[in-house]
Amino acid sequence: MAYNNDIDWEKIDDIIDEYSSDKESLLMILQDINELYNFVPPETIPVLAQKLNVPKSLIYSVATFYKTISLEPRGKYIVNVCTGTACHVRGAEKIIDAVQDNLQIDTGQTTQDGLFTLETVRCLGCCAAGPVFTVNKNMHGGLDRSSAINIIDDYKKNAS
Amino acid sequence: MVKFDNKEALESYIQELQAKAQSPDKGLISLCSGPGCIIHNSDKIRDTLTEEMEKHGIADKYEIRLTGCHGYCEQGPIMVIDPGGIFYPKVELENIPQIVENTLVNNEPAEKLLFKDPATKKRVAREEDVPFYKLQTRSIFGKNRLIDPNSIDSYLAVGGYQSLAKALFEMKPKEIIAEIKSANLRGRGGGGFPAAIKWDSCSRHKGPKYVICNADEGDPGAYMDRGLLEGNPHLIIEGMLIGAFAMGSHEGYVYVRHEYPLAVANLAKAIDHAKQYGLLGEDILGSGFDFDLHISKGGGAFVCGESTALMASLEGKPGRPRAKYIHTSEKGFRDSPSNLNNVETWANVPLIIDKGAQWYAAMGTDYSKGTKIFSLVGKVVNTGLVEVPMGTTLREIIFDIGGGIPKKKQFKAVQTGGPSGGCIPEQFLDTPVDFDELTKLGSIMGSGGMIVMDQDTCMVDVARYFIEFLIDESCGQCNPCREGLKQMMAVLTRICEGNGKQGDIELLEELGTMMQKFSLCGLGTSAPNPVLTTILYFRDEYEAHIYDKKCPAGVCKPLFHYEIDEEACTGCTLCAKKCPQEAISGEKKEPHEIDQEKCIKCGICYDICKFDAVAIR
Repeated sequence: MAYNNDIDWEKIDDIIDEYSSDKESLLMILQDINELYNFVPPETIPVLAQKLNVPKSLIYSVATFYKTISLEPRGKYIVNVCTGTACHVRGAEKIIDAVQDNLQIDTGQTTQDGLFTLETVRCLGCCAAGPVFTVNKNMHGGLDRSSAINIIDDYKKNAS
Repeated sequence: MVKFDNKEALESYIQELQAKAQSPDKGLISLCSGPGCIIHNSDKIRDTLTEEMEKHGIADKYEIRLTGCHGYCEQGPIMVIDPGGIFYPKVELENIPQIVENTLVNNEPAEKLLFKDPATKKRVAREEDVPFYKLQTRSIFGKNRLIDPNSIDSYLAVGGYQSLAKALFEMKPKEIIAEIKSANLRGRGGGGFPAAIKWDSCSRHKGPKYVICNADEGDPGAYMDRGLLEGNPHLIIEGMLIGAFAMGSHEGYVYVRHEYPLAVANLAKAIDHAKQYGLLGEDILGSGFDFDLHISKGGGAFVCGESTALMASLEGKPGRPRAKYIHTSEKGFRDSPSNLNNVETWANVPLIIDKGAQWYAAMGTDYSKGTKIFSLVGKVVNTGLVEVPMGTTLREIIFDIGGGIPKKKQFKAVQTGGPSGGCIPEQFLDTPVDFDELTKLGSIMGSGGMIVMDQDTCMVDVARYFIEFLIDESCGQCNPCREGLKQMMAVLTRICEGNGKQGDIELLEELGTMMQKFSLCGLGTSAPNPVLTTILYFRDEYEAHIYDKKCPAGVCKPLFHYEIDEEACTGCTLCAKKCPQEAISGEKKEPHEIDQEKCIKCGICYDICKFDAVAIR
């Protein structure tokens, strides 16, 4: 997993500096940290609170309000199945079922080996290619049950 | 690097660029590279194309331009070659040598790779003759294919920033607002509120003011804002600049979805370039007008489409809306006068200033002017972004431009306006689409999402889908929305699971009416629309679920099963091979059978059977 309790505080400082410790940029700072570790390590929150001069409660409320932020560790590969309406009518549900079966986890969970997290997103704006999912930032479209599983299996192979 | 400190310098630079672009020695290959086309290798196509052109020694004769979305997403990746506008759909890597040899070297179209019109079965060579494009009026979106979003020069070459120059030097702020008013530009984000009224109100208030662009595009199934922002970011910047000048604002924000990384990147680059050219920042074009523009990334919250919630989010807080006793044009972002418009609204502004309100108002219906971009998706042949004048009928959009329903299936409904909209059945297909006509049908235009549904879509399931979405997205502040949605979901779930009972439909109607009346913000008041319109137009489907315990569309798993029709089955064995559960058995050329115990109703057999032998019972 990308995260093993070691936080690169220099990088965190850089992120905060990039936004000039502006508290209005809290969400974007959290997003950048989230990008770095695939989640926001709870240890960073008191530091953020101090540097941005905001209460910790605000940081928690922002972090829990927005879907792009996770406070739980997530896998190396984040599978994000699009559940936008176009994908829904083209069978997104079946893709979720297939990935759940293959990874033996429910949506929102991470596999025990820390390799995959399965999530859903409301629309990736690639409606013509639906159903689609992304694995980290790579987009895969025109999926059906078997192609979805093949793609996941490829990531498994590459990781081992 | 050029930095323009007066209008004339900009104009002569534009003329130079335009002369260069029209030079007969250099052709243009424009390659659609939106995310939908990147899935289909559009970036590798560029590399292969370059290699192939080098082989023929013609690499310097053509410019390859990676552009944003061309709109016809179903046919992506799309390549258009100028001069001539030769149109190649669904380009694959192995097609490149043939395209280069035929079109670039020998100057004739590669016949077999051209678009085949499904109606006439004839090949169509030119982009402008492709039926999908021919029936549209692409005054905003059409420029996408001429523009490299990463080059400000390619925007200037199509006359970019000339409207800004006109606004700054030839018009007074009040005249700009008057022009927008007589064009009757209505907000494209969904509300359809006249932009000039908002602008005028904001311009009258004192103190620091903000202009904001809502590029959060939370509606599932809508991506026209993404297409515009990725493909033509300077158009949005120019629109915001004109608006800011008219309202006396010096700072602006674009609130863009985190899920659209390419849009964020292209916009950031465009802002940098505009600053370098002296089109953003201090003393723009020597006019004395200052304006700075920032990007703020959204966090994936649908409720942030609500202006007060979006502004809270910009301030770094959770995006919860407030009641609008005081308008945001008076007290919005940072408690200052703020004007928020959606991407497409801003995109219309340079056009109106350039061509005039009269030209603009000549398009559309009595109360909805100009064009509207729709994202036509779902069960339709030509999926993509469609721009038509307001007042075009649903039938023209779905059947003439969209090519109708694939696989010879029946049209059932079109869902417009996203989760705040409704489902419109067949008998209203001849309705001209504008803000008011759709409202009369119980739906809305919204940001322009148009999701086509066929006979295989269960309307109760669709209603449940939207309610589930809205439960996730409700901010939870007010009772009617938070609890109302939960109760609706409970009723819809029990109907879909076969436990619906008499009175459920009436209960849904009662809950919906309550939410419409008493919710705090637009999300809650419009949330029941998908349920109420499906009850209004598809009550029989609800009744089939409740009383007959059947799901006629074969979606709600507990209420149907698949069977193989012995008469129709040819014993081709395809279904048996593809079944993940090995639930299908039978001899070759003999009718097959499904073991109901093993079947998980995944629908693969139903989808792949070429003989319609798998039936929903």
